[in-house]
Amino acid sequence: MTPLAFLGQFGEAIQFIFEGQTTREGTQVGGSQFLELTVDHVKLSVVAMVIACALAIPLGIWLGHIRRGSFLAISASNVGRAVPSLALIAFFVAYLGVGFTNVTLALVLLAIPPILTNAYVGVTQVHRETVDAARGMGMTEARIALRVELPLALPLIFGGIRISAVNVIATATIAPLAGVTTLGDAIINVSGYGDVGRLAAAISVAVLAVVTELALGAVQRAVTPRGIKLERGGRARSWRSNVSTKIGRTASP
Amino acid sequence: MVSATVAALAAPLAQVQLRDRSAGDAGCVADDGFCPGWIAENLDRYVDPLLQHVYLVLASVAVGFAISFALALYAHRHRWLIAPIVQVTGILYTLPSIAVFFLLLPLTGRGSLTAIIALVAYSLLIIFRNITTGLDNVPEEARDAGRGMGLTDRQLLWRVELPLALPEIMAGLRIATTTTVGLATLAFFAGAGGLGEQIFADINFKSNVVVAGGLAVLLAAVLDAAILLAQRAITPWTRARAT
Amino acid sequence: MDAATLVFDEATKTYPGQSEPAVDRLSLEVGAGEICVLVGPSGCGKTTAMRMVNRMIDITSGDILLDGASVTERAPAELRRQIGYAIQQIGLFPHLTIAENVATVPKLLRWDRDRIRTRVDELLALVQLDPDETRDRYPAQLSGGQRQRVGVARALAVDPPLMLMDEPFGAIDPINREKLQNEFLRLQHEIRKTIVFVTHDIDEAIKMGDRIAVLRQGGHLAQYAPPAELLMAPAGRFVEDFVGADRALKRLALQRVRDIDLWRAPIAQAGDPVAAVRAQTADCDLPYPLLVDGDRRPLGWLSEAALAGETVTADLRSDAQPVVELDDVLRDALSDLLQHETQYGPVVDARGAVAGVLSIEAIGHALQHSDAVPKAADAVVEG
Repeated sequence: MTPLAFLGQFGEAIQFIFEGQTTREGTQVGGSQFLELTVDHVKLSVVAMVIACALAIPLGIWLGHIRRGSFLAISASNVGRAVPSLALIAFFVAYLGVGFTNVTLALVLLAIPPILTNAYVGVTQVHRETVDAARGMGMTEARIALRVELPLALPLIFGGIRISAVNVIATATIAPLAGVTTLGDAIINVSGYGDVGRLAAAISVAVLAVVTELALGAVQRAVTPRGIKLERGGRARSWRSNVSTKIGRTASP
Repeated sequence: MVSATVAALAAPLAQVQLRDRSAGDAGCVADDGFCPGWIAENLDRYVDPLLQHVYLVLASVAVGFAISFALALYAHRHRWLIAPIVQVTGILYTLPSIAVFFLLLPLTGRGSLTAIIALVAYSLLIIFRNITTGLDNVPEEARDAGRGMGLTDRQLLWRVELPLALPEIMAGLRIATTTTVGLATLAFFAGAGGLGEQIFADINFKSNVVVAGGLAVLLAAVLDAAILLAQRAITPWTRARAT
Repeated sequence: MDAATLVFDEATKTYPGQSEPAVDRLSLEVGAGEICVLVGPSGCGKTTAMRMVNRMIDITSGDILLDGASVTERAPAELRRQIGYAIQQIGLFPHLTIAENVATVPKLLRWDRDRIRTRVDELLALVQLDPDETRDRYPAQLSGGQRQRVGVARALAVDPPLMLMDEPFGAIDPINREKLQNEFLRLQHEIRKTIVFVTHDIDEAIKMGDRIAVLRQGGHLAQYAPPAELLMAPAGRFVEDFVGADRALKRLALQRVRDIDLWRAPIAQAGDPVAAVRAQTADCDLPYPLLVDGDRRPLGWLSEAALAGETVTADLRSDAQPVVELDDVLRDALSDLLQHETQYGPVVDARGAVAGVLSIEAIGHALQHSDAVPKAADAVVEG
């Protein structure tokens, strides 16, 4: 592969994204059609994410608040990690058939573990004294969860959402296997799009993922209460938010 | 209903050979059902894909670990490097593997190499971050005492800091390994085979999906347990409790 | 190895960007086999000064001489292997067994395995830990006091000519701290190392030091003198304030129970003929007999009823508390007596056998007639 050819393929792919081609059958691929695919891709992802959040966040917060079910919350992530997304989609296709609902269901299942775990950990990380003080002031349990624990857990929750969102976008690429057309169509149904189209789809998915990650990362930072940022920034290395080592600590080794 | 589904997927699956099913529970099989008899008879079909899958995972994690380890040791001395490395590996982590496979195709062609490169790129962030955090979490007084007794920086690193960072490092390895098993199911898109190829070949047949998918999950669990056991074996002090 | 001499020669440490030095031209000499205590308020530079000796902190100007040779002559790692180092947080390696921890420096110096093994057992015994029990444990399995002892053992591993100790007993509870201090002093009596000992506690300084260097902010030496002189002739307002208003009482820390004339009391075992016991009374300062066991360990004070018959019976008026050791400092012993609301208590030696009786009167008598003459020392006076 000479460098020019390399750029050539990529250059072609980028061209494909913006201008598109006409297939032998006369249908339009690429260009505005790609935009449609992207919209569908995002739509599917968003629907799955919204449902997953609606389920996982309240559950995670509640479990964290009553400090129960840590095994469930933590194992959810471990198990979730071990299940390949392809297997999940395939399982749903085999047992439930194709269709938007089924795929969405699969994606929701995929998205729940990181959000659930992070919501749980986020809430349990809130200092006990803070919760005790709130309780002592007469707040009801629900109020404490909503007004005290949730805001403090928000950064971690958004961290979980970030992870899930990127996973969902990645997995939505193989949704065509289940009959839902997304950007992955150019990968799964290569004929009609050609190698160029396939490469274009790969680039698009990659860009989509990175943009989502950066956007949600910004939201996560915005949502971190200023007090926490200061607390962490003072003692920690700049690249991580919760490492703290000090000389003079008289802890046992 | 069945024929309609098959017809709908016939076109996209044309590029992959449809698995033919040998006679077993013929009725069950014809219904795309979950057929223990068929499974028992055809288990050997899954051996090669499984082995290929194992190869992909082990190779990727090994290379990923080697690179991350080298980076982490270097960044341990030159701390300003940590943030940039996290940024770069972070981007590699975010890129969906399936996209990376195709982005690499023009460069490295179809085959295991492409898949391994993509899988390695994914694992770098996790392993690098865990090694660095592990090293950072070494108690400062142990470092002070070590230096004060006359350990050189290098001796301190290998005799004190790395051993104490082992639990965190192993944890990172576990996470990287289990996720790599999952991602490797997509490796067939890069022409690297693996259990994913099996799933994809007959995605409607419940038996096939369950076995191939199940093997992947099982593989992840086994590797996870293996690393955990290894960790327990080489860090005896973590289990020593005050008597 | 023989104990080394240590000299601070106008040693200075200035951190970049700071106008005032952390340690400003510190000069003092530590003789071989002496404990030099650096004491002063928080931030006075005592720890900095100590860490300059083994170059954990670089010297900005001036010098520090170990046995006449500058510490900057050798590579830091090499230098440090010759110096014992014990810090407040101890810093045992959690991933190594106690034996491996203690063997750290010997391994660095490539001692052979047998030599290391023997030395480790020797050291563990030296710090009053059972080698068989402790050797294969991990630090997490030991108590704070035990870990502290291991820390000292580790610092002594290669028998270094100099030891640096930074608040080594600081992280221990007060009861065990006293014990550890006593033990350490006993140890020092045997091994006679040159030690630089940092503490913020003036009482600890007085107890432990052969000579005490009182530092003020910026590592300025306010006075460098033996404890007695510090107490009786403090050089200037700062030292006076730092030593504290109860200087007189503090003098009690300078003497040990073994140093004063103890009282005698009749000693009896169960079954002894009463007549013999009564005969002892004539020579004694205290008329009340003390019951002991076969090893001469005190069991309690005998009642009149015990002496009623032909032979002594084990009928006690009160128990033996408080039992005081010969090595206790008078301050602690007096405190024990007062706490138990008693005028006197039996004194035992290292084996637990009765060596005499300590009474408040005896202490008072000793104080009145104490001739604690300050030795000529390099007392730096600051107004």
